[in-house]
Amino acid sequence: MPKTLTTETLPESAPEQSAPLNTVPLRRARRERILSFVMPVVMLCAAIGFWEFQVWYHEIPKYLIPAPSVIAQTLVTDGPSLMASAWFTVKLTFFSLLLAIIGGVILGALFALSRPVELSLFPFAVILQVTPVIAIAPLILIYVDSTFAALLICAWIVAFFPILSNTVIGLRSADHNLRDLFTLYNATPWQRLRYLLVPSALPYFMAALKVAGGLSLIGAVVAEFVAGAAGQNTGLASRIIESSFRSEIPRMFAALVLVSLLGIAIFLLTNWASRKVLGHWHESELQRES
Amino acid sequence: MTGQPIIIMDRVSKRFGETVLAVDNMSLTINEGDFVTFLGPSGCGKSTALKVISGLLPVTSGTITITPPTGETEQDLGFVFQDPTLMPWATAYQNVFLPLKLAGIKPDQAGPRVTEALKEVGLSKFADAYPRELSGGMKMRVSIARALVTRPRILLMDEPFAALDEMTRSKLNNDVTQLAKEHNLTVIFVTHSVFESVYLSTRVMIMAARPGRLAAEMSLETPWPRTEDWRTSAAFSAEAHRISEALKRTLDAEDIDH
Ligand SMILES: Nc1ncnc2c1ncn2[C@@H]1O[C@H](COP(=O)(O)OP(=O)(O)O)[C@@H](O)[C@H]1O
Ligand SMILES: [Mg+2]
Repeated sequence: MPKTLTTETLPESAPEQSAPLNTVPLRRARRERILSFVMPVVMLCAAIGFWEFQVWYHEIPKYLIPAPSVIAQTLVTDGPSLMASAWFTVKLTFFSLLLAIIGGVILGALFALSRPVELSLFPFAVILQVTPVIAIAPLILIYVDSTFAALLICAWIVAFFPILSNTVIGLRSADHNLRDLFTLYNATPWQRLRYLLVPSALPYFMAALKVAGGLSLIGAVVAEFVAGAAGQNTGLASRIIESSFRSEIPRMFAALVLVSLLGIAIFLLTNWASRKVLGHWHESELQRES
Repeated sequence: MTGQPIIIMDRVSKRFGETVLAVDNMSLTINEGDFVTFLGPSGCGKSTALKVISGLLPVTSGTITITPPTGETEQDLGFVFQDPTLMPWATAYQNVFLPLKLAGIKPDQAGPRVTEALKEVGLSKFADAYPRELSGGMKMRVSIARALVTRPRILLMDEPFAALDEMTRSKLNNDVTQLAKEHNLTVIFVTHSVFESVYLSTRVMIMAARPGRLAAEMSLETPWPRTEDWRTSAAFSAEAHRISEALKRTLDAEDIDH
């Protein structure tokens, strides 16, 4: 019976026969995707479990190292105040990142278009970059009345430089033959910018955005540490300092968890944005099927 | 077969800085419908000569006269670079559309012409493909379609097929000849392959280096466009031999260690 079946269905089955063959790489790709999601989650849960177990097993007091369950509990009980602080930090971080993007792109474009502007302003950008923000923060806090504005400036200083330098490099990175082509077809400066320079700069800009996203959070937290601001309208860094003064270690960890989560969110967001923008053409974001 | 003069170069020189004389005192008249190859070793100023003719580089001295076009074109001169020089962020279609877009032509008006150009190079099915999805030969075809979409009279090609394998190259040689004939193009084709120059052109300009200059001109009398079976004929070998000899003489005359 198997023999008759094969002979009978041979012509029809030819495409079908190749179909399962073709789905193998597809299935493998899906398994890969699931694994790349499952593995980190499993490992993270295992680490948290191990932590919980160690604290319980050695009976470590919670003012030394709180168990994850205690931290979670604190996150719930202190939720309202922590959430208000988290929101403050989120605002600070994203606002400074936004300003860094605006400032970095505008100044970067000026630098790329005009050599004299670059030569005269670049030293200032470098000074801002190489001076640790912790060292400048106290001065800024003295000179700027509004604490939020002062913190914003600090976070901005940290996040701004990578955007600036990558925008400059990116705008200059356009292929010289493509430049010639645009010249040949009498492109206006505006057309050249829009259709050649900006797309060429995008990979550089997106790479800078990934870095600057993380840096703006660091800047926001560091600045707040320096400011040592207390009171209602402050961010997660203030909660950490405050808890440290009061030896509320679980609360410290809870605030820390929120800072980390914010960092992870920024990381995921900038990576997602980069893939959205470059995914269809740039090497760095291409999904390779193998 | 050839018509009125279309490009007249009169004692054209191009100097880079103090020391490099990339093109020295080049005089040449190219007629409508000519298929001219510039043949020479690398560094002899072939690319520079093309760029000067296209106006991408200013001459240091001498004049270049191109008779003005009679018909309507957005750009009378198409340029095909050694690399396909495509925008990697744009599809084949968008790449071919570029010259028309820069000329301010609306997408719906340009559409049929872009489609036609892609069809002429045999890439109708790949309009929506990104350059990374295309083979080397296909990318070059997109590049050619882009050069032709403005309906130029003159096509300048700078070693366009040097990086391609032999089979792809022969195929593209045939297609370029065909396109040149159909569109009545005047072509200047830079190559360092004797065989390519013999197969493609009606006139071969042999160039020598340091300083870059025209060393000899050879005409090829074999009817043009040539056919695939001519490529394997004894006559082809004889012509290739004749050109090779001439090239060898100029290289020897340069009296440097090649
Ligand atoms: N932009 C440039 N600046 C300085 N020297 C150049 C430039 N372009 C080409 N040259 C020099 O001019 C000579 C001819 O170059 P090129 O025209 O590229 O030769 P080919 O295309 O025949 O290989 C070479 O010596 C090269 O180094
Ligand atoms: Mg060259």
